[in-house]
Amino acid sequence: MQLETSVQSLKMGTEESELGGSIKAGSGRMLDRKNRLLFYNRSFKIACIASASFVCLVLFSILFFMFRTGVLTFRDVPMATFFFSTDWSPENESYGAFVFIFGTFALTLLTLLISVPLSIIIAVFMAEVAPKWMRNLLRPVLDLLVGIPSVVYGFLGLTILIPLLRNITGTNMGDGILAAAIVLTIMVLPTISRISDDAISVVPRKYRDASYALGATRFQTIFKVTIPAARSGIMYGVILGMARAIGETMAVVMVIGNTPQLADALFKPTSVLTSNIVMQISNVPFDSTWNNALYMMGFLLLVISLLMIVLVRLLQQKGAHR
Amino acid sequence: MKSATTGTRGMFTSDRGMNNFNNRMFTFFVWGISACIILFICALLYLILQKGLPSLTWDFIMGLPSEMEEGGGIGPALFNSFYMLLISLLIAVPLGMMAGIYLAEFAPENKVISFVRICVEGLASVPSIIFGLFGIALFVEMFQVGLTIIGGAVSLAFLNLPVMTRVTEEAIRAVPQDMKQASFALGATHLQTIRRALIPTAVSGIVTGICLVAGRAFGESAVIILTAGVTTSGEMWDFNLLSPGETLAVHLWYVQSEAIVPDAVSISDKSAAVLVFIILMFNILFRIPLWIKERKSR
Repeated sequence: MQLETSVQSLKMGTEESELGGSIKAGSGRMLDRKNRLLFYNRSFKIACIASASFVCLVLFSILFFMFRTGVLTFRDVPMATFFFSTDWSPENESYGAFVFIFGTFALTLLTLLISVPLSIIIAVFMAEVAPKWMRNLLRPVLDLLVGIPSVVYGFLGLTILIPLLRNITGTNMGDGILAAAIVLTIMVLPTISRISDDAISVVPRKYRDASYALGATRFQTIFKVTIPAARSGIMYGVILGMARAIGETMAVVMVIGNTPQLADALFKPTSVLTSNIVMQISNVPFDSTWNNALYMMGFLLLVISLLMIVLVRLLQQKGAHR
Repeated sequence: MKSATTGTRGMFTSDRGMNNFNNRMFTFFVWGISACIILFICALLYLILQKGLPSLTWDFIMGLPSEMEEGGGIGPALFNSFYMLLISLLIAVPLGMMAGIYLAEFAPENKVISFVRICVEGLASVPSIIFGLFGIALFVEMFQVGLTIIGGAVSLAFLNLPVMTRVTEEAIRAVPQDMKQASFALGATHLQTIRRALIPTAVSGIVTGICLVAGRAFGESAVIILTAGVTTSGEMWDFNLLSPGETLAVHLWYVQSEAIVPDAVSISDKSAAVLVFIILMFNILFRIPLWIKERKSR
């Protein structure tokens, strides 16, 4: 009995070594193929690493270029003047970017004020109220809307919204921060509502069941249970919408009026960081202070948008810990 | 008894009639607002298409633009749009997919890789105009080539690279582990597994991503204005990478706000309709087959 097992194990051992030997001997087409496959495998991995590093390289060279050109501004313009002066007239060597910084924040805030309530209502409608067929129809439609080019929204704003606003106010001032905020609202609405819709949909069913079992109506369940539970997902959507609103260029350029004055009224032509850059950058020589100031404004935008990503990351971590 | 009930008053036990009324009002309100917004958005889309599409002629689509007189077409701008889209996809899709595959398959879980992920996410959120400024600094200043098709296409590719990376990573991560293990168990190398098992399973997500990226590149205008200019070379089928490359989206803006042609309104109406129509077509052609496939497999 013992002998038999030992013989068997010996046999298996020899079989294994025979197989190993034939591979080690390095003969036959099988082996070439193996080497080739391993070589392809390794070079593919290296190519993948290279492309991943390339993506990082792009981000860092953007940061580097924007900073290097932007920081030259402060050679000619004091920092306090750049950030806090409202006088932007490059022809007279005065570069105060406060108007644009303020405009960007005011516009984003106004956009969020209009778009967040509307988006949450649509998200609640899609996730909780609408019948199933309607939900299946609406989600792809909203996904489609995210892809409509911004210049088309700007065009609509220019040809439809501004004449309408002029009629309503009865003046011939239509363009300004309100018009831009309405156009941006239409643009960020699909983004925020789709992400909030996903966040509301993944709230566990048992929460809702528990709330109904306590005798709550649907209204109470949604406002006191579902939305608080989906809070971090909704915040994520709002921040993404905000990033889009801050960085949006063409739609804003077409309706905001492009005049460097402080946006202290809803119907007053003004300008934001993005619109000012795109309107002026083509007309200035590369080495001028004017150009450097525009790059500094771009660098500001870049920093704001990167800060938002850090915020999103923190939110996600908080959501994961809960 | 009474004190007990008031003691356990939850947040739901207020006046019942009021609650029911609130609930009904709320449902009504949500339906109303949603219907308004959705109808409004659909009306906008319909308006664009209805204003432009009926008066569309072949001469307009293929014709050369004019600076002064009526009757200019959008031929070169439309051609540039597709040409630039193609070049930017040729750069962004392979690079983005490989970076995504690296993050999903090869990358170890450590600090460096999570930093790389933050970089990708950060790059995805950079406003498009920054890519335009970067394009100017790179192509106009460093390489001294001026406003060209290749400059625009590369800047567009940079814009789309992070989106492509993230979409690929997510799609590949969503593939069930069993698939991968089965492929390894059959003795496949990692590359074979990725090519024959992971990518075919994740193709739906990847195609959706390419579609998204293509639509974005096709409609993008801020980057193009800064890096490829607002003029065309003035001839049709100009494959030269170094000629100025105004696209359709830029043309729409340019005609509406800068040009002096008398029929600017009709040109921009028609350009907007063509632009929206092509974007809708992208989505319909690529995504509807995928929906149908998903419905069937469910």
